[in-house]
Amino acid sequence: MDKSGLMDNTGLMAEHAAATPPGGHPKDYHAAKMGMWLFLFTEILLFGGLFLLYASYRHRFPQAFHAGGQTLDVFLGGLNTVVLITSSLTVALSITALRRGELTRCLWLLSFTIACAGAFMVNKTIEWLAKFHHGLIPGSEHMFGLPEGQSIFYGLYFAMTGLHGIHVIIGASVLGWVMLLIRQGKVTAEDYVVLENAGLYWHIVDLVWIYLFPLFYLIS
Amino acid sequence: MTDAHEVPHSEDQGHALSYRFLTLVWLGLLCLTALTIGAAEVDLGYLNVVAALGIASVKACLVIFFFMHLKYENRLIKGMVLTAFVILAIAIGLTFVDVGYRY
Repeated sequence: MDKSGLMDNTGLMAEHAAATPPGGHPKDYHAAKMGMWLFLFTEILLFGGLFLLYASYRHRFPQAFHAGGQTLDVFLGGLNTVVLITSSLTVALSITALRRGELTRCLWLLSFTIACAGAFMVNKTIEWLAKFHHGLIPGSEHMFGLPEGQSIFYGLYFAMTGLHGIHVIIGASVLGWVMLLIRQGKVTAEDYVVLENAGLYWHIVDLVWIYLFPLFYLIS
Repeated sequence: MTDAHEVPHSEDQGHALSYRFLTLVWLGLLCLTALTIGAAEVDLGYLNVVAALGIASVKACLVIFFFMHLKYENRLIKGMVLTAFVILAIAIGLTFVDVGYRY
């Protein structure tokens, strides 16, 4: 298992031939997975750049970031952490279920994951609406009128949780699409790399939140 | 933990992790979430950030190695992931060499 996939040429070619559907284009399990990881690296560096901005400005405005963190709801943030971690578990479980041929269980687990994504977005909306209620609206004059450090804190908060929220919506949509493919028999116990790759995307969403939560909610 | 290795798959694609093992990883992640919230309540000064990032990184490793299956991938993908994170670390490290000494 741990041997390099590159060196195992004969095995790869046999697998390659076996995975070619009659009349269809050939599928390469390893290439599909590697392509997904390459894409995920761009995601890591995208969020990494924002974390870099966060770190630099927090270094420059420690008090403002401290005060800003106190205005965020640790309970809602913690709840969302639990929701996302649980949804990551159910995606991982759904892959095992699919590979064991337990299709119904797989689809239920994926439905649960999408429900978690919905719950996460509801919590996020409640949080953002509370901020809007206090006049903290991205691009508003009130926000620009705040002391420099605070407007940067809230700017980063909206930008980073907003970009993350977009990823939650995309991830849930992709999982919904994979559910459809499983129902149509296009993703099966033998050919499951699409579900694995969708799962990888979902775990990255969880991974980003694992860092966002302590950095924004727990710095008071 | 032996139960993680109970389903060896004959093919190159590796084995499916058992329900029990994945649930244990999830429990570990929940415990670490509780720990990070608890650690933030205690005033450790500078160490608060270190603790928060340290616990987050342990959680990230659990997600990457087990949920994302990296532990069971071939050396090529492992090397690629390592490279990506090293590049991120260099970017953050060098920025701090600049920012940290500027003011």
